[in-house]
Amino acid sequence: MEEINVLLLFDVVLGLTLVWLAWQTLSSLDLFRAIVLFIAFGLLMALAWVRLDAPDVALAEATIGAGLTGALLLSALAQLSASQKNETKPSLFIRLTLGVLLFFLVIALAYTVLSLPTKAVGLSVEVAKNIELSGVSNPVTAVLLNYRSYDTLLELGVLLLALLGVWSLGGVSTNKSSFPKSSFVNPVLDLVTRLLVPIFILFSGYLLWVGAFAPGGAFQAGAVLAAAGVLVFLSDWYLPSKYSGFALRLVLVIGLVWFVSMGFSFVLLDNAFLEYPPEFAGGLILLIEAAATLSIGISLAALFLGREPATKSDSNIDIDTGVNK
Amino acid sequence: MTPAFLYALVGIVLFSIGLYGLILYKHLLRKILAINILGSGVFLVMVALADRIGDAVPDAVPHAMVITGIVVAVSATALALALMLRVNEETGQAVLPEDREA
Repeated sequence: MEEINVLLLFDVVLGLTLVWLAWQTLSSLDLFRAIVLFIAFGLLMALAWVRLDAPDVALAEATIGAGLTGALLLSALAQLSASQKNETKPSLFIRLTLGVLLFFLVIALAYTVLSLPTKAVGLSVEVAKNIELSGVSNPVTAVLLNYRSYDTLLELGVLLLALLGVWSLGGVSTNKSSFPKSSFVNPVLDLVTRLLVPIFILFSGYLLWVGAFAPGGAFQAGAVLAAAGVLVFLSDWYLPSKYSGFALRLVLVIGLVWFVSMGFSFVLLDNAFLEYPPEFAGGLILLIEAAATLSIGISLAALFLGREPATKSDSNIDIDTGVNK
Repeated sequence: MTPAFLYALVGIVLFSIGLYGLILYKHLLRKILAINILGSGVFLVMVALADRIGDAVPDAVPHAMVITGIVVAVSATALALALMLRVNEETGQAVLPEDREA
């Protein structure tokens, strides 16, 4: 009983902290402070996922939700002019009106949620019943790559589309680099990058492999790979121009192309699109995830870069790791 | 109250705070932050409600959908940030046209 009370106390404190951080993120007038608070918010969200028995989501939140989103936000902030990083508060009348309206929304939504049955099994029975046929034993991976692989397939498409959008918007200011390029690279950053990047790549491979039977999988692995890319990019290493053309594009699309071709390959054997025979499912899922990890990692790193890398000269991206794998 | 419902309520509050920020603040970067918080609130409600199962293994389908959602959210954030930088470059202000100062 004692232990349950401590855990409940922890949940209450965590919940209140999350709400407080969200409020501070939006109401602090300094945008840099807002972003740092948002990253802290993401890390605490990862704790909340652990408390809700969702370790896979916790991994994704910590690497993507807090880590990469934070890096993206900070790099975008660095490119805004300093004059307008602050904001004036809206008038009290508007704030109060909106506050009251949203208070009613909270009450209505809370009433709806609290009137739901306290016990519900959802689809967990169905998931558990067919897990033998899915080829993996981690139910989340089974859902992502087998039961609902359409979601994952389309998600890779969304990632690619976002990158296309970013590339078509970027490159406007060719004279202004997103980061001040200097001949001097911080030696600490340089050394740490050299030490960490191989570890990140190894860890990414580990997450990919372990995803079949424990928390992990293609998205978490891809995000760790992207983190390696971000580090490499920050320490001013550059990609040989011969890789930034066709080779880069090949790595970016290979996850999606491979996924679709694997999906179609068993259609000839009287299976539906994306339906795998149980005896091959485990291997197929690993192959699909490996290609997806590569594409996700490189796409996310490319999103951080924010513009199409020049086919020659100084832009860079973590493509070497992809090609050499 | 079980932890599941506690976190679902936190999710609802986060959703509302995000909506408040999205409507009220003019700066596009802050609007992007607000959408991310709003989305986190939705994710929290989904996963919390999947945990209404006691000590058994929770429903994996909402977990998988939230992981998909997190990746889509980061893609959308990256695209939104690129759009914001472009707006800032064209107009000198990172705000929507109706909020622009003359």
